[in-house]
Amino acid sequence: MSLAEAPAQSTAAAYWRLQRSELRLVLGRRRNLVLLLGLAAVPLLLGLVLFFTQDTALDGQGPAFLGRVTGNGLFLVVASVFLCLPFLLPLTIGIASGDAIAGEASAGTLRYLLTVPVGRTRLLLVKAVGALAFAAAAVASIAVVGLIAGAALFGVHDVTLLSGDTVSLGAGALRVLAVVVYVGLSLTGLVAVGLFFSTLTEVPVGAMAATVVVAIVSGVLDTIPALSAIHPALLTHHWLDFAEFLRIEPDWGVIGGGLAVQAAWVAIFGALAWSRFTTADVTS
Amino acid sequence: MTAPATVVPAVTSPVTAGTAVRTQGLTKRFRSGQVAVDGIDLLVPRGAVYGFLGPNGSGKTTTIRMILGLVRPTSGQAWLLDSPNPADVLPRVGALVEGPGFHPYLTGRANLARLDAADQTSDARTADRRASEALERVGLLAAEGKPYRQYSLGMKQRLGLAAALLRRRDLLVLDEPTNGLDPQGTREVRLLIRELAQAGTTVLVSSHLLGEIEQVCTHIGIMSRGRLLLQGPRDVIDSRGVARVAVTVAPGHVATAAGVLRVLGLDVSIEELTLGAELGTLAPARIPEALVHAGVDVTGFEVRRPSLEQVFVELTGEGFDVAR
Repeated sequence: MSLAEAPAQSTAAAYWRLQRSELRLVLGRRRNLVLLLGLAAVPLLLGLVLFFTQDTALDGQGPAFLGRVTGNGLFLVVASVFLCLPFLLPLTIGIASGDAIAGEASAGTLRYLLTVPVGRTRLLLVKAVGALAFAAAAVASIAVVGLIAGAALFGVHDVTLLSGDTVSLGAGALRVLAVVVYVGLSLTGLVAVGLFFSTLTEVPVGAMAATVVVAIVSGVLDTIPALSAIHPALLTHHWLDFAEFLRIEPDWGVIGGGLAVQAAWVAIFGALAWSRFTTADVTS
Repeated sequence: MTAPATVVPAVTSPVTAGTAVRTQGLTKRFRSGQVAVDGIDLLVPRGAVYGFLGPNGSGKTTTIRMILGLVRPTSGQAWLLDSPNPADVLPRVGALVEGPGFHPYLTGRANLARLDAADQTSDARTADRRASEALERVGLLAAEGKPYRQYSLGMKQRLGLAAALLRRRDLLVLDEPTNGLDPQGTREVRLLIRELAQAGTTVLVSSHLLGEIEQVCTHIGIMSRGRLLLQGPRDVIDSRGVARVAVTVAPGHVATAAGVLRVLGLDVSIEELTLGAELGTLAPARIPEALVHAGVDVTGFEVRRPSLEQVFVELTGEGFDVAR
């Protein structure tokens, strides 16, 4: 008698069973938890430093967001995200997305997943969602700890925007949430880049490093005036546009443009990752 | 996932039961230019225990990877359980490919749960029970809660076998399943293969150590340098080599015995009290009969079939453990 059983579950249920397993794998891994804790420590340390220096001569120095933190704890969220964007968040994204496929390949688990069988497109999707979830967790851990530490150290009040206008606490909190979501979405392009690199190698560290390098190089290119023509298309060019949400009238064109660039990077590198992964010989 | 299109009727005679694995001109040329597998026509009948033998580097693993859809053939085709598309039938195939591969920081059981969760056609409700059964079957139940990285090489190999046994399978593809196992573990694997075969599972088992699995095989295929030198039922392979007969006689009977053997048409070589000859087509039983009839005091009689290893050496002119 053939052992082929009727599918025991719907396709959607089967997908989520693997997706849950992937999320547990990504979010339960000790290395990743340490990363999240490290990111969560940033707002805590920043808050404490600002708290103890607020009445000294150092008070008020540094970037714009930093000066506002002592007046309103909500700004600790924004200031922490701002501090993490250039390096810590790209590093975190690099580790999560670079590890996605290459990590399975180097552990020898990729060949076993594929012979289960898991379709390669489905596996890539599951891996992408896992890496995105980790990116979201990274940004969220900064935001949540920033909010708690900010509220505890400085209290939360009506928000004075960068433009000088003041909005209510509720509206201000919503704007800070928008900042956090925008930053999260700004990282999706880098996730796609990391995922692509992850399909090229069996050495996860290589894919991770390459991903971080892309973010850094993009940041460097963004500072060279001679290359201003390509600046708008750079992966990192629009990352700081989250500041739009702190103006009385956010420029939705700027925000939409930033998200569109991310969507383009996701589309291009997602397609590259897919075409590579679905055709490559798995010899790991 | 679409339901596997099973072309094999539920009840069939062994002759028409189809093949578990079939390949036609299967070839893999890697980008380096190296031809790892060179036009092989593999045929593994259903119900067989197929010993896929060859030295390290002879192309066995690459062949297995192509059969399982991990590596794309440069040319040729492979059918797995009569399907040209491995993905359709892989749920019915358990595989151990080039050593076990698991997440080091997950426990043995968590690793099995992960693989089961990946299987679209497995039933989540029975996952725990099936994992326990598989772990018990390979003798790993006591260590199921330990992280994989703490496993010994033998335990890792067992977990790999457990993963292949998570469900009932029509075909097991076991690539070097005895690697890293001690003699006791190797015996257990042989026993397991025998049990599974008796329960109707086809087993394709590869090894670079001829003696290790030879005993349980009903069919044998021998690879060398990317080519399939020989394949077929065990007894056919066995009869390929030239059998030799060795007769030991009491002192003083050597000359008479030699005469009797020569009359039987054998080309006799004498070493002290032992007379040796190639058996040819002669029925072995005729020899002691004739000797006793001539009054020779026979103290020893032995027919030696060449070992598989000797057959291999005859075919290739080189030792078995020669890596490429």
